[in-house]
Amino acid sequence: MNCEQAIKLMDGYLDGELDPITSQAIEQHLRDCGHCDQAYKTHGSLIHAIGNATPYFKASAELRERIQSSLRDETTEHAVRNGVRGAQVLLHKRQPEPRSILWEAPWNWLGLAAAIILTAIIALNVVPRFQRPGADQFLATQLIASHVRSLMASHLTDVASSDQHTVKPWLDTKLDFAPPVVDLSSEGCPLIGGRLDYLDNRPVAALIYQRRRHFINLFVWPAGSDAAGGTKAMTRQGYQLLHWVDSDFNYWAISDINDKDLQEFKQLFQEQIPHH
Amino acid sequence: MPRYVPNKIAMALPLKTADASQTEDFESDSKIVKFVVLKKHEEQDATQEHELASFEETMLPHMDAAHNLAKWLLRNEEDAQDVVQEAYLRAFKSFGGFHGSNGRAWLLTIVRNTSYTLLKKNKAVDLTTTFDEEVHATGHESAGPVTILEHAEDTELIRGAVDELPAEFREILILRHQEDLSYKEIGEILKVPTGTVMSRLARARAKLREYLATRIGKEI
Repeated sequence: MNCEQAIKLMDGYLDGELDPITSQAIEQHLRDCGHCDQAYKTHGSLIHAIGNATPYFKASAELRERIQSSLRDETTEHAVRNGVRGAQVLLHKRQPEPRSILWEAPWNWLGLAAAIILTAIIALNVVPRFQRPGADQFLATQLIASHVRSLMASHLTDVASSDQHTVKPWLDTKLDFAPPVVDLSSEGCPLIGGRLDYLDNRPVAALIYQRRRHFINLFVWPAGSDAAGGTKAMTRQGYQLLHWVDSDFNYWAISDINDKDLQEFKQLFQEQIPHH
Repeated sequence: MPRYVPNKIAMALPLKTADASQTEDFESDSKIVKFVVLKKHEEQDATQEHELASFEETMLPHMDAAHNLAKWLLRNEEDAQDVVQEAYLRAFKSFGGFHGSNGRAWLLTIVRNTSYTLLKKNKAVDLTTTFDEEVHATGHESAGPVTILEHAEDTELIRGAVDELPAEFREILILRHQEDLSYKEIGEILKVPTGTVMSRLARARAKLREYLATRIGKEI
């Protein structure tokens, strides 16, 4: 690779967007060429400065309110255009007196009850053997809701501290388990604090980390005896979710950062937690 | 023991008990049809409520990103707010067409398009990348790269220089450095190939460096 090519690819290299072979060729060139290496260092520092020195203009609370109410208006208007409002008034007038279905057609009611019981029996006996794919989906929805709520209502943390020795004891006293808490400031993901949450029918610990301008909620609760190992990643509604289980705990990380960055976060976290 | 009274409709429609219990009051077919139509409307209403809820859940978390991009593009708070609101309404109307997983990129695409519509309407001069040649052709001394780095934490200076860049450079710097988007995501928003994202970013940064050098040169 010559200097001209190296300069041309420099931005892609600094952004980590080149394929491994091209990256290697540039690295080789930077080792050999002092001039390009110098350019690489100053350009890198400038790029770093852009993100840090430019203000991020958040939306005001008024704008939020304005948009939400205009969305509501939009739905109502739409409904009126379709004549639904008028229809509803009519509907209420026409609504017959409620009658007992049991009174009218006992065999159908009994049939329905039997069908429900039969379905329940089948569901309870057969579905768990296939590990109910819906269970994860449902949990993912709960996780996203909790993540979004934590960011919306400015209730990100119950205990705001970047000190793991403050967050951990606080959580320990509130829960019937002691979640691992580590600060990852030196790795670029500072601990912001901790929060209590309720998921999967149990109280859980939520640890909040920040990566650049994005927040990561890490939910932790004890792993069941039948917990399967391995990592599971999914994307839902624009959020990235990552699930893993170690010998003691169930972890769910959720954020709006991309999959690669979230995987990196998981790795950092796993490297830092004390192993017995 | 309740006495069972055989019912005509229940007998005729034994499999539709639920419907039968609601429609039995209607003596004529036309009324039944009317009722079914009303029922349909009610369902539509519920669907709309549901759609709004799911839209809000997916898109409201990205309002800061939307506002930030609009503010950088339009450089005016009032315009930025109008554009974000307009973009949200547009997004809601075409939400049915959104099947992707990246809500932020999708919303930012709409915010960008809406911003450009306004910029074009206002005949903004910074839509082209060539406008700056004469404005910035100054006789001042330019600062070297090392001097620029000494000013790396000067927020006012860097913000001012970014603000002076043409729109297409401002937006790409914001998407990359503030939203941490990948080249692929940026390419989707700007509707250009990944290679163009890289070269445009490089040009944007070079231009920024040039502006910084000029500004610092003026100070010296």
